[in-house]
Amino acid sequence: MLDSSLRDWVNLQSHQNINTCFTCAKCTAGCPVAFAMEFGPHRILQMVRFGMNDAALASRDIWLCAGCETCATRCPNDVDVAALMDALRQISLAKKSRNPARDIADFHRAYLLLIKLFGRMHEASLMILVKLITRDLLADMGAGVQLVLKGKIPIVPERIRGTGEVSRMLNAEKRNSREAFVIRNSQFGNQK
Amino acid sequence: MKFAYYPGCSLHATGLEYDQSTRAALCALDVELDELRDWNCCGASSAHALDANAAILLAARNLALAQRAHRDVIAPCAACFNRLKVAEHILKTDSTRRVEIERALDFYYADATQILNPIDLVVNHIGLPRVRAAVKNPLTDLRVVPHITQFDDPEHPRALDQLLSAIGAQPCEWADATHCCGGSLSLTRANIVIKLVDDLVAHARDVNAQAIVTACPLCQINLEMRQTRADKLPIVYFTELMGLAFGLKESRKWWGKHLINPRELVSRYQ
Ligand code: SF4
Ligand code: SF4
Repeated sequence: MLDSSLRDWVNLQSHQNINTCFTCAKCTAGCPVAFAMEFGPHRILQMVRFGMNDAALASRDIWLCAGCETCATRCPNDVDVAALMDALRQISLAKKSRNPARDIADFHRAYLLLIKLFGRMHEASLMILVKLITRDLLADMGAGVQLVLKGKIPIVPERIRGTGEVSRMLNAEKRNSREAFVIRNSQFGNQK
Repeated sequence: MKFAYYPGCSLHATGLEYDQSTRAALCALDVELDELRDWNCCGASSAHALDANAAILLAARNLALAQRAHRDVIAPCAACFNRLKVAEHILKTDSTRRVEIERALDFYYADATQILNPIDLVVNHIGLPRVRAAVKNPLTDLRVVPHITQFDDPEHPRALDQLLSAIGAQPCEWADATHCCGGSLSLTRANIVIKLVDDLVAHARDVNAQAIVTACPLCQINLEMRQTRADKLPIVYFTELMGLAFGLKESRKWWGKHLINPRELVSRYQ
């Protein structure tokens, strides 16, 4: 039987109905990153729709998506493919799916960690975390040093007074969100 | 005119010259900017990738601050602008989620605060006649291509072209006006991003552009950092060109902040 649980979960989480897609592939035609993807956005959508849940969640495509929203802008049926990609990333983390682009997920985590600590981004810290994640110490050193010398990367982070409030926003999600409700109630969440 | 100002993290760091030139160019048009107190990061491309609710709350907190300041808010960074608009859209159209957001942030959304990008502000609110009147050194014969500025029509943005024409520059038609530069992957997938950036730059050169004009600090740094050809194409903010055309002295301080210094290109207008 068709396992529609991921589709339902995605629809709920991205506040839309991906079933209106008629597979014209316009989203993939305009996607700037499609050339580096395994499937491309329209095939990812079809995989979700037709129950190829694990394959969709374990594809590098959902992490390569740059979030540019070109697909969502152009879709003749108003499918927000970018929001679908976001939802798949979130679900893949929640389900601890296999992730062939773990470093990209870690990059986003690092970014959010810094926002939790300071309330704002701190580029110098981000550069250090990126080096730990990619294990490539020398990459972009030249540009990084230049930016510091030009006074464009402050050494000391700006920390806002509302940091606690911001940090709570980033922690609250798992406990009381809609998706937790869906995880409990969907057959998908109960699979091994 | 007085506005609340939401610079976003980039404009305090790698987009420093965008911050300075926005303030200077708008000041020359009698716009006063009052930076929001205690604003927070909008979460950029990472928050919405990992945490749907937090992404909206992060942006909405800044809207709440602007509402408390009783001012419309100017957001120059294209990424911040996008996130603020997404939050605004939800607040305006989805009453269930609005209540959740209001509860989480302890505020009541009054739908009284406009979010404006400086392009929109200048073209649609201040008006191009006043821009033309402020021009001291028209940027005659400066061929430029505008990049991703869809604040009017997402597929055929015109506002920035009009603004660039008003300051005497020559905006060129090109294929990649709305083509993404892959900025959010810049630090994790440089190989993909290098191809995107080199293609963009090549297409700009195809129409003999002397610079790419941007309104986004993430595109700007990405387009500068990831060009691989030896003769590099300058990437400038539209506000820098406004300052240059307005004859503002402080514009001299901006060029040196670039990784690709556009000084040669702009010196004849200074
Ligand atoms: S553009 Fe829209 S309708 Fe066409 S394949 Fe993509 S999601 Fe489906
Ligand atoms: S948002 Fe993602 S899937 Fe859509 S066009 Fe951009 S990169 Fe491709």
